[in-house]
Amino acid sequence: MLLLAPINFLDEFLLRFFSAQTVNFIVWPLIQIGLVVTLVALWVAYATYLERKISAFMQARLGPMRVGLWGLLQPIADGIKLLAKEDFIPDKADRWIFFFAPYIAVASSFIVFSVVPFGPDWAVIADVNIGLLLVLAVSSVGVLALILAGWSSNSKYALLGGLRSSAQMVSYEVSMGLSLIGALMFARTLSLSGIIGAQGSDTIWYVLYQPAGFIIFLISGIAENNRAPFDLPEAESELVAGFHTEYSGMRWSLFFMAEYAAMVVVSAVAATVFLGGWYFPFVNRLDSINHNLFVAVSLLIFLTKCAIILYVYFWLRWTLPRFRYDQLMDIGWKWLIPSALINIVLTAIAVFVVQALDGWKGMKTIEAMNMGLNLTATGKAIMIAFGIVGLFITGALLSRINWRSRDFNLRTQRRNIKLVNVPQGKPAVQTN
Amino acid sequence: MHQVEIATTQETLLDSPEMTLNMGPQHPSTHGVLRVVLKLDGETVIDLDCDIGYLHRGMEKIAENRMFTMIAPYWDRLDYIAAVSNGLVWVETVEQMMGLEVPKRAHYLRTILTELNRIASHLLWLATHALDIGAVTVLLWALREREEILKIFERQFGARLTCHAWRVGGMPNDAYDDFNKDVRQFVNNFPTRLDEYETVLSENRIWLSRTVGIGVISGPEAIAIGLSGPALRGSGVAWDVRKSRPYAAYADMDFDIPVGENGDTYDRYLVRLEEMRQSRRIIDQALENLPDGPVNAKLPKIVKLPVGDYYHSIEAPKGEIGCYLVSDGSAQPYRVRVRPPSFVNLQALRQMCIGHLVADVVAIIGTLDIVLGEIDR
Repeated sequence: MLLLAPINFLDEFLLRFFSAQTVNFIVWPLIQIGLVVTLVALWVAYATYLERKISAFMQARLGPMRVGLWGLLQPIADGIKLLAKEDFIPDKADRWIFFFAPYIAVASSFIVFSVVPFGPDWAVIADVNIGLLLVLAVSSVGVLALILAGWSSNSKYALLGGLRSSAQMVSYEVSMGLSLIGALMFARTLSLSGIIGAQGSDTIWYVLYQPAGFIIFLISGIAENNRAPFDLPEAESELVAGFHTEYSGMRWSLFFMAEYAAMVVVSAVAATVFLGGWYFPFVNRLDSINHNLFVAVSLLIFLTKCAIILYVYFWLRWTLPRFRYDQLMDIGWKWLIPSALINIVLTAIAVFVVQALDGWKGMKTIEAMNMGLNLTATGKAIMIAFGIVGLFITGALLSRINWRSRDFNLRTQRRNIKLVNVPQGKPAVQTN
Repeated sequence: MHQVEIATTQETLLDSPEMTLNMGPQHPSTHGVLRVVLKLDGETVIDLDCDIGYLHRGMEKIAENRMFTMIAPYWDRLDYIAAVSNGLVWVETVEQMMGLEVPKRAHYLRTILTELNRIASHLLWLATHALDIGAVTVLLWALREREEILKIFERQFGARLTCHAWRVGGMPNDAYDDFNKDVRQFVNNFPTRLDEYETVLSENRIWLSRTVGIGVISGPEAIAIGLSGPALRGSGVAWDVRKSRPYAAYADMDFDIPVGENGDTYDRYLVRLEEMRQSRRIIDQALENLPDGPVNAKLPKIVKLPVGDYYHSIEAPKGEIGCYLVSDGSAQPYRVRVRPPSFVNLQALRQMCIGHLVADVVAIIGTLDIVLGEIDR
């Protein structure tokens, strides 16, 4: 607790030099921004370390072990190496666009952190009332960087990578946005802190109400970030390195940073909207003991949730093969967008039913409506049941839509090979 | 089936200029220095052309200036993934042409070691094929198993990759002391590991959607092109040199030939996996019945072959590797010609790829399991 005291001390210290308004709206945000940018950059560096370690353990090897204890200094060594490398610009490249594309990528994924609620109170830089919209809007600018990088490199592999990424990100943004709408019907606000507050006052995580929405969001988030199994824009076995084929040194690592930062953003949004953000049952009792301690613990909870989702990212990447371009589009348009739409309709019906049931034959389903939709235990049970039934309904409707597609019943298409014992010394035998 | 589907959607697309994409010789997935010139419409392949020869070392010409016993090490460098099989085709051609009787024990050891080599080669194929399709973890798992085989090779031959395994008339030395134990251990451990790979890939939806119906080639077409090995058996033709013209000790072995149905990438994948199981079965039998005795036949000081020509072929991991030898009665061959399986199998690439996407080209190159050392010689 003593460790957390300096925050108040710092506040008083700053008030000596500036007016209260300056401190609240300029100085503190600047400190927060500095902290967040530094920590996110550090986290991005160590996410690469974690990814390498996790993949190594999955593949029966050790991963980085040489630089520092257990290779802990590896990201720093890598960073120095990348900084020292030649920043090569191809002769025929469009110099200025080639030059600026990485910055757009990094900026678009870092700006999003301005609204991410890492914790209550001082742990959020700006609590914008359209936070979620801002996240979606800014992160979709990232696609521009990929297209520009692919186009300006004047390389065919980069061009194909850029084209793939534009198609992919545009189509997956739709389902990503649609999958969040269900949760918004409960939260009744677009502010990210408000969504967490609504879950806190309802004492539930929206993943229970919205299992389908959560799954759709995660899948389209992975696709949106160009991570395996959707890493087509940079599919190294086909397009060498996709849109960043011609990039080297620090400019390449900026793309790398942008990718990892975008992963953190998606996991932060998933944690916020579906897993209650920094809200965890009973932790808010700490608030009465020590406010700063409460904020710090909440921060830790939030980061843990993000880390769990990030682990899923790594896990999938090192387990699954890569989709093909047309299959990826199929999944986006034939599976995710219809299921997101179905989810919206079902959620609307569920919310309507729960509201209609309130007061019917003395039943009480709604507790309060002032901060999101707060339900009683009965209401929660009905809503969770709707969520689970919704999964099945979505599945049934999707298979109705897709039953004729080639990839639908692949398991039944799976054949077994025959074993033939050909008599020795005979010429070729045609079996079919 | 799938090809037709794409071809019909093609016509409905807007007219777009075709793009020429130069894939290779420096490309992560062309398995060496293969250069494929693709003509693309969007991402659909409308034509492709293979450019080979970047690894040409003139092996056949070199062989004309070497004694018969000196040529085998060069053959190891043809298909460097399966050096043991390649060496065998050379020594067996010479032995059979001079009518040399090789001791039975040498035949059995040759069978065991070439089958181990087949497993090693198929494991490397599995690793790279899975890597091409994006499953990176399988790569390291398969290489872990291959390592066990390479350790046996290292102890037996003194080298891991290009092991000069055989001598004309038998083997350079008998199996090392722990040979039986090591091979037995590998044979016992291998099936569970193979099942492990199958759990990751065989039932995987993404793997299925990437391989089923991709690179289809029918049995008659495959025969017309001259495919051999798993690429042919995947199309449903039960042709295996080990059965049709048994060499080494294969006549004594009991094993089955796995045959596919549709001739797509998935069938070839299954065929190769099953072949590894059958290879394990052969090793098991050969180890069980390993006879005692010498491993070398008596050779004259200078091997000279009778005037004439001779063709002999064996079943290398990639297909039928043949050796056509013309002798003028001297101590050196007059002309040698290798029939490399990869070279012939590569000819199917164009037919398999047209109508598919760029990503499939990579998968199809992987499923043909080519080695450029053998193609360019």
